[in-house]
Amino acid sequence: MDGTDLLTLIEGNGDAPEFDPGMSDEELLYCYGTMLTVRAFDDICLKLQRGGRIGFSIPNKGIEATQVGAASAMRKSDWIFPSYRDFGMALYHGVPPVQMMHNMFGNAEDTTRGRQMPVHFSWTEPIHFVSISSPIGTHIPQAVGAARAFQYRGEDHVCLASFGDGGTSSIGFHSALNFAGVWKAPVVFLCQNNGWAISCPSDEQTASKGYAIKAQAYGMPGVTVDGNDLLAVRQATLEAVARARAGDGPTLIEALTFRMGGHSTSDDPSKYVPKEQLEEWAKRDPVTRMQRYLERRGIWTQAVEDRILAEAQERVAEAARIAEHTPRPGLETIFSDVYADLPAHLRKQGEAAFDLAKRKGDAVAGGGEFPL
Amino acid sequence: MPTLTLLQAVNDGLKTVMRNDPTVLVFGEDVGPKGGVFLATEGLTEEFGVERCFDTPLSEDGIVGAAIGMAMNGLRPVAEIQFQDFIYPAFDQIVSEAAKLRYRSGGQYTAPMVIRTPYGGGIRGGLYHSQSGESYFAHTAGLKVVIPSTPHDAKGLLIASIEDPDPVIFMEPKALYRTLKGEVPEGSYTVELSTLREARAGKDVTVFCYGAMVTVAEKAAEQAATGGIEVAVVDLRTLLPLDEEGVLDAAKRTGRVVVLHEAPRFCGYGAEISALIAEHAIEYMEAPVVRVTGFDTPFPNTLEHNYMPDDRRVLDAIEHVYNF
Repeated sequence: MDGTDLLTLIEGNGDAPEFDPGMSDEELLYCYGTMLTVRAFDDICLKLQRGGRIGFSIPNKGIEATQVGAASAMRKSDWIFPSYRDFGMALYHGVPPVQMMHNMFGNAEDTTRGRQMPVHFSWTEPIHFVSISSPIGTHIPQAVGAARAFQYRGEDHVCLASFGDGGTSSIGFHSALNFAGVWKAPVVFLCQNNGWAISCPSDEQTASKGYAIKAQAYGMPGVTVDGNDLLAVRQATLEAVARARAGDGPTLIEALTFRMGGHSTSDDPSKYVPKEQLEEWAKRDPVTRMQRYLERRGIWTQAVEDRILAEAQERVAEAARIAEHTPRPGLETIFSDVYADLPAHLRKQGEAAFDLAKRKGDAVAGGGEFPL
Repeated sequence: MPTLTLLQAVNDGLKTVMRNDPTVLVFGEDVGPKGGVFLATEGLTEEFGVERCFDTPLSEDGIVGAAIGMAMNGLRPVAEIQFQDFIYPAFDQIVSEAAKLRYRSGGQYTAPMVIRTPYGGGIRGGLYHSQSGESYFAHTAGLKVVIPSTPHDAKGLLIASIEDPDPVIFMEPKALYRTLKGEVPEGSYTVELSTLREARAGKDVTVFCYGAMVTVAEKAAEQAATGGIEVAVVDLRTLLPLDEEGVLDAAKRTGRVVVLHEAPRFCGYGAEISALIAEHAIEYMEAPVVRVTGFDTPFPNTLEHNYMPDDRRVLDAIEHVYNF
């Protein structure tokens, strides 16, 4: 076993022969509703960005099963070290969409105080969803350190570090897997192989047979899982989490999925993603697969679909309405949170900024177009 | 003479060099078929093939380390770091390796290479797509640091940088990529490194600046002129090695100096200009040197217009040194 055998539990037609996920109908419908909410959030953000009301967004279409499946295997006491294409994990654990929208608008209620670009979320409640950084792979060794802290205190919590196929080329990935292997750290490494790192196809990112196989070199198990199959992702993550909690160390999971949209709202994937590849993956849509599964289980009807979808759409629309009408952060937020205490030189710079605004008026916001 | 944007001038510069010199290779993240996230390398793979313009795995450390190896072995690599904010994984390769290779090998091994990287704010890029890290590199002996501010200079300085025998950090002001147009000569030409440019003449106050801040200084100078203050705008163009004589001459001519950059103030490049003037031209000064800079904080997103120096802040400083 080199980790390259693909774990699939739900077949394309929705059948899941001989597999009992051990989940109630409510739990399954909640997962499905979360997937629909991710998609509704995506849709509305795309419209807001196209309309110039937010500057930027990161599409998640196609990745919903990986996000929700992995999140559903984690406890609220665990920590998630996410990439910028992971917010479905936070949604699953109960972060309200309005908090996400505050970040999309970069307003005064945003937990990052409008300092970060949209989709660079940060929460400590109801789960630790650690502040996202744009540089790739930097968070992966941090997850190992946080896990070491759990080990040190004798706590059985687990860190989930999530990253894309591109992230495996970063220094952070290799350092993290090496450390975690040596320390037997309670970490689950989730590589979302979504086919493309912006315009670089996955097979130009590595010459190895997939990504899970890299686990071998670091002395940990590697598993390849069908990333568009929520139950398979959940099952693989549950097993990895159980190993981590039991003190048996880290696991690398490769979730094979596909980024159905661009890298971001500023990217045009039609310039480089072959149409046939997109069409092939469209047939494996993770939401449709889950829907068929629920239907076969007898808990999905069109009426259920209509109700869940309407709820999801209304939640994100309401969130957007609130966030758009929340004011910008104040000028003082440029200077706060640089240090625990405001140093004298920053106090002076802040005072000068306020003084200038009083004498010469406020600075004029530009209409910068984000290119990436 | 064709009129190009600064971005098109970079693209034209790359193509011009690649047509003339088969040892020039261009690579980085998404620079191949996509043509780079800003399209600076658009059409290069098409014209020169994947052997000469290609995508790499997502590792800045790998990109720069490989560039050094190519450079020491007869090629002229032009590596792109997608955003200057992403350069830090390669910091070790740049600072410990590329910058010191000639010195530590007694000149046996060298790294004639260019690292192109877009820098600066103005595109709502937040903390990690807006940084101006020129001082990290200007503090490193063995590197050259070049920042163009016009389409003409972007092409001429880029060609000069690629032809230069030492490693050059070539920082492109992304805020000007598509907003600034200018005449750019066809074919090959160079702008000599370590020579500054007087972007605007004036007898009352001198503003030293570079990159995207040159247009801000010009705007402020325009406003100052309506109030009767004649402002010289000096575009430094090469931060390391600096045209020190040129700086001192320009400072002495007015005796009133504003230094302007987008990067944070503390240990920023303006400190070097201020110190140079204090050491060698203090007797010519009619007023203390004033710095207009980004704040000593990370780069915010929603409030980036409050963070970046604007004509309002520059004009205020001009008036201050003029009335001192």
